[in-house]
Amino acid sequence: MHDNATFEFLCRMGDNTLVLGHRVSEWCGVSPVLEEDIALANTALDLIGQTQMWLGLAGDIEGKGRSADDLAMLRDVWDFRNLLLVEQPNGDFGQTLMRQFLFDAWHVRMLQALTGSSDKRIAEIAAKAVKEASYHVERSGDTVIGLGDGTAESHGRMQAALDLLWPYVGEMFICDDVDEAMKSAGIAPDPNDLRAGFDSHVTQVMTDATLLIPEDDFAHKGGKNGHRHSEHLGHMLTQMQWLQRAYPGASW
Amino acid sequence: MKPDVAEVWTWLDQVPDPEIPVISVVDLGIVRDVQWADDELCVAVTPTYSGCPATRVISMDIETALRDHGVDKLRITTRISPPWTTDWLSDKGRDRLTEYGIAPPRAAGGPAACPRCNSTNLDRISQFGSTPCKAHWRCKDCLEPFDYFKCI
Repeated sequence: MHDNATFEFLCRMGDNTLVLGHRVSEWCGVSPVLEEDIALANTALDLIGQTQMWLGLAGDIEGKGRSADDLAMLRDVWDFRNLLLVEQPNGDFGQTLMRQFLFDAWHVRMLQALTGSSDKRIAEIAAKAVKEASYHVERSGDTVIGLGDGTAESHGRMQAALDLLWPYVGEMFICDDVDEAMKSAGIAPDPNDLRAGFDSHVTQVMTDATLLIPEDDFAHKGGKNGHRHSEHLGHMLTQMQWLQRAYPGASW
Repeated sequence: MKPDVAEVWTWLDQVPDPEIPVISVVDLGIVRDVQWADDELCVAVTPTYSGCPATRVISMDIETALRDHGVDKLRITTRISPPWTTDWLSDKGRDRLTEYGIAPPRAAGGPAACPRCNSTNLDRISQFGSTPCKAHWRCKDCLEPFDYFKCI
């Protein structure tokens, strides 16, 4: 049971970075300006690198000989354990950066907590990844402020993005059986414990960005436990997994 | 043949970083350990950034260089802990970066001066640059953009 919960937890960490990494990579070559194109591609690269470590460890713990690539390319929607937030489509540039900031503000805190994990392998991956997440959140926060407190057009788009994505925030802090098992084994924090730091960070950034956080705290859920992903994930996987599905085992 | 570990380090110091060829993989601080286990040479390498595509090329380059020096039994392992930090860049590496036009990392979080004209009148363009390890800055005196090696 303990190993099974650890496997689930690692799939959550790895699927978040995999799905968001793929989403962000969709901007490669089509961003508004060159600097942002490079920034998004680099962010995607960091996230996919982190995926290698999380899913690699998940495969080791599962003990069925599945590699990180097998887990990424050969599972279908119902086996993915990412948050609904990260599978949402890119929308415009502002919406992509809003999604990134909301994720980063949670991610950096989760990784900080995991550096103290009772599982040394998890603590080591987190120590590596938190350095990258720290500058991701710096950049995404700055960009949300720049665009929110920008022109009437950019402000309106950022407020619309926040309104659209806010209902996906709550899922990050839900504590279920897997989280309980991780918490009692000292492997991962109680997701609820990350909420206060997240809220104060996000409130500060949104205030600087002149954006209003919606009052309704309704939360969509079903991504991290795989019960009900949004329709978008399946469409994304048809792109991401196409090559391995059409030509199984293809390599170069 | 079983060359001395110190000699192996000097060989590795000849292996250039594939993306910043003026510094070696040893200057970059990513070779963490070299030792013999019986007749097998074990080299531990740490990635700079977890998704850096150069990491695999670096392992291949190290393997090629060591085989060229006659090492037959060789094992390259990836070590992620402690995580790579720019503190591990050698002084030689820092000097070469500056000569090459890349401002070396500083704990203060930004370049000390423009690598071309030495001005301190600088402006950050983006936290990200041409590779994961660099950020994009510009000099407001000579007006040239330049890379800054990010401090992590």
